[in-house]
Amino acid sequence: MTKENINIECTLNQAIEMGLTEEEFKLICQKIGKTPNLTEAGICSAMFSEHCSYKSSKKWLKTLPTSGDHVIQGPGENAGIIDIGDDQAIVFKIESHNHPSFIDPYQGAATGVGGILRDVFTMGARPIALMNVLRFGDINHSLTNHLLRGVVEGIGGYGNCIGIPTVGGETNFNKSYNSNILVNAMATGLVNKNKIFYSAASGVGNPVIYVGAKTGRDGIHGATMASAEFSDDTDSQKPTVQVGDPFTGKLLLEACLELMKTELILSIQDMGAAGLTSSSVEMASKGNVGIEIDLDEIPLREKNMSSYEIMLSESQERMLMILKKGAEEDAKKIFKKWDLDFAVIGKIISPKKIILKKENTIVCNLPLDFLVNESPELDREYEIKTSKVNLSNNKIFNKKSIKTIIYNIIGNENFASKKWIYEQYDSSVMGDTISIGIKSDASIVKIHGSEKGQFKGKAVAISTDCNSKYILNNPIEGGKITVAEAARNLVVSGAKPLAITNNLNFGNPEKKEIMGQIVGSIKGIKEACEQLNTPVVSGNVSLYNETNGKSILPTPVIGMVGIVNNIEKIIYMNAKNNETLFIIGQDENKYDGFLQSSLYQEIFCDDLLGQVPPIDLKKEKQIHDFVMKLNDNEVINSAHDISDGGLLPCMIEMLLFNKLGININLPPRIQNLNEENLLFLHGWLFGEDQSRIIISTKKPDKLMEFSKSENIKIYCIGKTNNTGVVEIPKYDSICINKCLDLYNNAIPNLFP
Amino acid sequence: MRVAIIVFPGSNCDRDIFEAIKYISKKMPKYIWHKETNIENFDLIIIPGGFTFGDYLRCGALASNSPVIKSIRDHASRGGAILGICNGFQILTETKLLPGTLIRNNALKFLCHDLNVIVQDTLPSPFTWGFKPTTKLNIPIAHNEGNYYVNGNELKKLIFNGQIAFKYEENFNPNGSVENIAGVLSENGRILGMMPHPERSVFNHHNSLDGKLFFQNLMEQLLS
Repeated sequence: MTKENINIECTLNQAIEMGLTEEEFKLICQKIGKTPNLTEAGICSAMFSEHCSYKSSKKWLKTLPTSGDHVIQGPGENAGIIDIGDDQAIVFKIESHNHPSFIDPYQGAATGVGGILRDVFTMGARPIALMNVLRFGDINHSLTNHLLRGVVEGIGGYGNCIGIPTVGGETNFNKSYNSNILVNAMATGLVNKNKIFYSAASGVGNPVIYVGAKTGRDGIHGATMASAEFSDDTDSQKPTVQVGDPFTGKLLLEACLELMKTELILSIQDMGAAGLTSSSVEMASKGNVGIEIDLDEIPLREKNMSSYEIMLSESQERMLMILKKGAEEDAKKIFKKWDLDFAVIGKIISPKKIILKKENTIVCNLPLDFLVNESPELDREYEIKTSKVNLSNNKIFNKKSIKTIIYNIIGNENFASKKWIYEQYDSSVMGDTISIGIKSDASIVKIHGSEKGQFKGKAVAISTDCNSKYILNNPIEGGKITVAEAARNLVVSGAKPLAITNNLNFGNPEKKEIMGQIVGSIKGIKEACEQLNTPVVSGNVSLYNETNGKSILPTPVIGMVGIVNNIEKIIYMNAKNNETLFIIGQDENKYDGFLQSSLYQEIFCDDLLGQVPPIDLKKEKQIHDFVMKLNDNEVINSAHDISDGGLLPCMIEMLLFNKLGININLPPRIQNLNEENLLFLHGWLFGEDQSRIIISTKKPDKLMEFSKSENIKIYCIGKTNNTGVVEIPKYDSICINKCLDLYNNAIPNLFP
Repeated sequence: MRVAIIVFPGSNCDRDIFEAIKYISKKMPKYIWHKETNIENFDLIIIPGGFTFGDYLRCGALASNSPVIKSIRDHASRGGAILGICNGFQILTETKLLPGTLIRNNALKFLCHDLNVIVQDTLPSPFTWGFKPTTKLNIPIAHNEGNYYVNGNELKKLIFNGQIAFKYEENFNPNGSVENIAGVLSENGRILGMMPHPERSVFNHHNSLDGKLFFQNLMEQLLS
């Protein structure tokens, strides 16, 4: 091959093509004192991309609470870490793979899973659970079927093969995602608190090691692609989608964990977005050292790759490590056993620079501080827009019978069972899965080997949430509700919420109303995290989720992790016969029900605009503490959060499994409504007011005592029976078998 | 009771089996790396589930050429007991230690859920004797290629010999297996391949404890 001409300077046009702005290019030339060559410009462009630099969101992300007694590692590392006692810690993070998954759903989703797993095991943790949050377009849109099938197969293809259980998540459909689906994958791992590995490089002269798969031309400039809007010629971006190999992923996982049992390794980082560029730059800069890499030593899959291509390839299943000097041979043995490439590619140097050599020529020489610390931080203009529309329930009210409404809600794709999806994932491999978020609101995985004698063990509980309608109508309140609901899902499963990871999916931040959604939801998340004592320990931002100028619904996804200190205290959501159902957080007075922004509105009004149900975070916390206290005192037999759909659909979910019935005790003021006042009944049954939980109990008297002593409002709905009929006296009766059929078959019928 | 668990690159149920056997037998099983060639004196060899060699080429095809396979054949020819679960079953059919082949699920989807398998009236075998035929065991499946196929003559032979160990319930066949077959025995009854994962219904936090019954019975039979 011909030698690369390193003297060719990058032109402004080339820089813009790489994703840099004119201003950024000028800044680069000025700061490095020369016009960069193509490789250098490529590295700058990757580091300055939204994906790596968080330039639009950085200013606001900094405001989030990130510390707490139980936080071992907050944002800034490969993943966040929290202490769960007994010298153990939980490592977790969520990350998006939206753009690649739209272009190639199978590979996009598969590599999303692979990438987030590497973020977790690179810290020394064995991954124990995968979750994923998916958003697809309208179910009738021509691409939805293809995208859904591809994404689900891709997630399964990677997770099932590598042998980490996929234990939950959520899937929603809305036309705003027609041309820009969301695939957010979350991984959770378990690590010994004293054996955590970080990414900061150290020790001048120490060897830099490349392990894993070979480098090819796939995914070049993926980070830049993920930071741009789509247009109609999205197909032309196909070559930038990375290709995953879960088998190599599995070998890499086992080899890394085996190496981590030794004392040979100093620091390690996954080659994720922007591949070798971001991993080498970040490791060296965190360690306050420099790095020198000989590109001729990189294991390559294709011939004649330029230094630009090598540095920006996003080939999967690769890691960068710094070893102790002299440890190379022992480490190499482990990787050979697993048939993986192992190459010494460079060394740590003392000047804080990244120096790349190819064929004995320096092809890149850039100052690290500049790349990391001086990457732009933008203060974009924003406007937090809240919906001015204030609809009375009257406007949303639909005259259909309760029966028709409830069957429509239960059979709606955004409510019905996602069994068609989750059965394609291996959810029970590793043998520790307790709940996949079907029999309890949260997904629950046992801490392996935590049982001792009579003690049955501990578990980690995980929930993921985002209600985009709320964020759209009021970013701040919506942000609060998203966190509150994630926490509520943990509490009703018997867990104590500990911390969150977030994935902020939005449209183009250069538009001030989109920037307003970002800023507003971060403000809401901040407030809720502070009130509920669940700091943010990791996260990801995905912007420019737009096609032809149309943005997705704002989708800041929250993944929350909690601890169950005794698995015998887990609360499930299926009620049994002859238990009394109560609403916690509501009494019979003054309750009209909040139908705006509800699933009821979404299904029957064809319009999402409206106000958002108010949330009082202090009250939310009181309700959580109350439910935990009830659980400690063995008052709760089953519990479920009231969220999408409101009281009636959520209550029916508790009755489905055992095909129970109930005679609903309606508050007197809605017992005898004439036709034009039926909206009060609908509000009561379908309103989505916050901070409410349904529980079933065999000890109603004890519950009432606690309610008085703790001053928490409760309302008795009635006693379950085995009739399989939900009676709403004087109005309607609902058949549970019919509900079960709709609930189970709605999605399979849509995707036969 | 000495139990060996064979580990190939890409095996992913090896630890699950290890934990299940340790819990039930109160003895430590031994992991055997696929490049080892000397595996004598084991009462039971287990080939766990997973995606050996990424399932590339064909499920189990590459693993069936690993160095350890010769020793497994020797163990089989001595009449030793072998259990292959899921991918382990696929490896056993690829090595021809068991008849038939496993092809893609008829729905063309990976499927993971609980189901019942029904113990059949078999030839003498440590894997099934001890259970009353028609006993239902609730054990989960998790596979993409569990659709068992043999041709008509071979099927007749399997039925005649009593080599069908487990069947799925009529109408609940998850993958299109011929004759609803979920597990098959060798002609001498000492080798079993099964698609469901008994190691996932062993502990109290699992949805069922029928896998524990399966292993307890197996150990009693092997020791008697």
